Amino acid sequence: MLQQLRQYFSVERLGRPVATAVPMLWLVLFFLVPFLIVLKISFSEVLMAMPPYAPMFEWSHDMLLAIKLHLANYHFLFTDPLYLDSFFYSIKVATVSTLVCLLLGYPMALAIARASATRRSVLLMLVILPFWTSFLLRIYAWIGLLKDDGLINNALLALHLIHSPLVMANTSFAVYIGIVYSYLPFMVLPLYANLEKHDSTLLEAAADLGAAPWKAFVRITFPLSIPGVVAGAMLVFIPAVGEYVIPTLLGSANQLMIGRVLSDEFFENRDWPVASAVAILILIVLLGPIVIFQRYRSRELGADA
Amino acid sequence: MPQSYLQLENVSKRFDDFVAVNNVSLSVERGEIFCLLGASGCGKTTLLRLLAGFEAPSSGRLLIDGQDLALIPPYRRPVNMMFQSYALFPHMSVERNVAFGLEQESLSSSEIKRRVGEILDIVKMRPYLKRKPHQLSGGQRQRVALARALVKRPKLLLLDEPLGALDRKLREHTQFELINIQQQLGVTFVVVTHDQEEAMTLATRIGVMDHGEIVQVGTPRQIYEFPQTRFVADFIGSVNLFEGNLVEDEPDFVRVQCPELPATVLIDHGISAPPNAPLWIAVRPEKINLSSVAQQHPDNWAHGVIREIAYLGDWSVFLVRLDSGREVRATVANNSRKPEEQFVRDSSVYLSWDASSPVVGSV
Repeated sequence: MLQQLRQYFSVERLGRPVATAVPMLWLVLFFLVPFLIVLKISFSEVLMAMPPYAPMFEWSHDMLLAIKLHLANYHFLFTDPLYLDSFFYSIKVATVSTLVCLLLGYPMALAIARASATRRSVLLMLVILPFWTSFLLRIYAWIGLLKDDGLINNALLALHLIHSPLVMANTSFAVYIGIVYSYLPFMVLPLYANLEKHDSTLLEAAADLGAAPWKAFVRITFPLSIPGVVAGAMLVFIPAVGEYVIPTLLGSANQLMIGRVLSDEFFENRDWPVASAVAILILIVLLGPIVIFQRYRSRELGADA
Repeated sequence: MPQSYLQLENVSKRFDDFVAVNNVSLSVERGEIFCLLGASGCGKTTLLRLLAGFEAPSSGRLLIDGQDLALIPPYRRPVNMMFQSYALFPHMSVERNVAFGLEQESLSSSEIKRRVGEILDIVKMRPYLKRKPHQLSGGQRQRVALARALVKRPKLLLLDEPLGALDRKLREHTQFELINIQQQLGVTFVVVTHDQEEAMTLATRIGVMDHGEIVQVGTPRQIYEFPQTRFVADFIGSVNLFEGNLVEDEPDFVRVQCPELPATVLIDHGISAPPNAPLWIAVRPEKINLSSVAQQHPDNWAHGVIREIAYLGDWSVFLVRLDSGREVRATVANNSRKPEEQFVRDSSVYLSWDASSPVVGSV
């Protein structure tokens, strides 16, 4: 009896719920509750007040609870082309940037994974090195490189390769450069983590069975690295869709990304409800990739066990 | 000079300042099961990797069927390997794993399907066609690895510790099955192993390796009964080694005086050594007879006290301390179900052996 009681209250029994309670509490407090607040604001009406929106719940004097769901904010997003345009532009920029990151990052990750142990740590360090400088500073540096009288144009003019400066700053091109440059490590690192675990005897076996090196890559290395590809692609794609700083500093004022639109609604127009609706829409759009990411990650974790 | 099927000519492999394979020359005939036997780090796996093409020799030539392998990359060699870890592709089913090698040749898909089915029948894995490697047991993975290597019909199959990952019962069963399959298909096998029992059962011939060199090549019986060096005698099976000097040298017999033995050792064949030359003598434990009464012969006996008895079922191992202090192993077959009562711990015992039993060599 005592034994059973002891078992019932043992550390093993209580340990697991207690250990998971802390991150759970963290997520509820700092993720779920703010999300619900944003969701609530997205359904309210904008007001010139403090806070600048109408309350959703109203108690009237005769014990009546009035819940007002103001759907116009969402309707507005689909009627004004600004929002849909910037949405599709954001998704296009994120998709292309992800593909470019993959094309650049895969060979890098593969080279690092196959380098000797000493060289490997140096190469990894180089991938992470940019994080030592402020992100904002690095984007400003790109302005210095790309602007009309910037380093690149001046060099090309001096070499007489061009006669008038190339317009690179404040274009989509500059946005792509900024995003690919900033997010490349997020592609390289998960890919490296995956490729580094590959068993090199599998490639020997493939060669032994008659597969030339490129064929062994197509049939063995790449299929086995897909969880890493998915992880890297999601880590680039998801934040790239909502990216604000890079398009603001490097992009043109005519083509806005959705992150910029959201910020403008919030700070310039003080339209919290529409800003919230935009935020909710971004979340819904990104839910698909997030689910894919989680599924692959859990599958990879399951395969390791 | 008639060409052997597989020929190694003065093959060496150096890694920086370490010599893994040192001037190895070897010939293997078609249809043989040749075992490279040696302790870990003796260079046997490097030799196998040279044959597969994963390493290039620092010097020397490798020939299969008269064809020099030097410039042929691993993916074009008529050689397949069964890896120690099996190296099955984890993302492919049994069927896809086995088909992989055939897909690299230009074969029709119906031909591939037929040959995959055939080989899976031989290794009895047809029912597991759709399974992934992680859904198979160790023995099943081993069969798939074997099928994957054999389905290409290689001229030479290399096996790296083929039974190393299997438990004892399964090993015994698989050993004989491996020989069956080999005879059925007529492929030449080169097996690398550190397990002498495995080498003994599988091999038609064994090459014993030590420090990158092949020290002796012969049939299992030759290696066991007629080791040419002290290393081979000591490495294969268990053995009682004595050092001594040549005291009598005749064409058809020799006598050797060993300080650790009370009597001289008589050996029934002559050797070529100068008088009084230092020699080593090896007597296998199963060739030593135990007796409670003294010997009549002047040679080939010793006296001691039984220190330990290990009953192994079919055999009993006796550890006897001689009067000189030296410990000697003797094994006795348990022909009777009752214990032999005169041989108990701490009892006095006389050891003797036949003049044909000892192996002799120069130090």
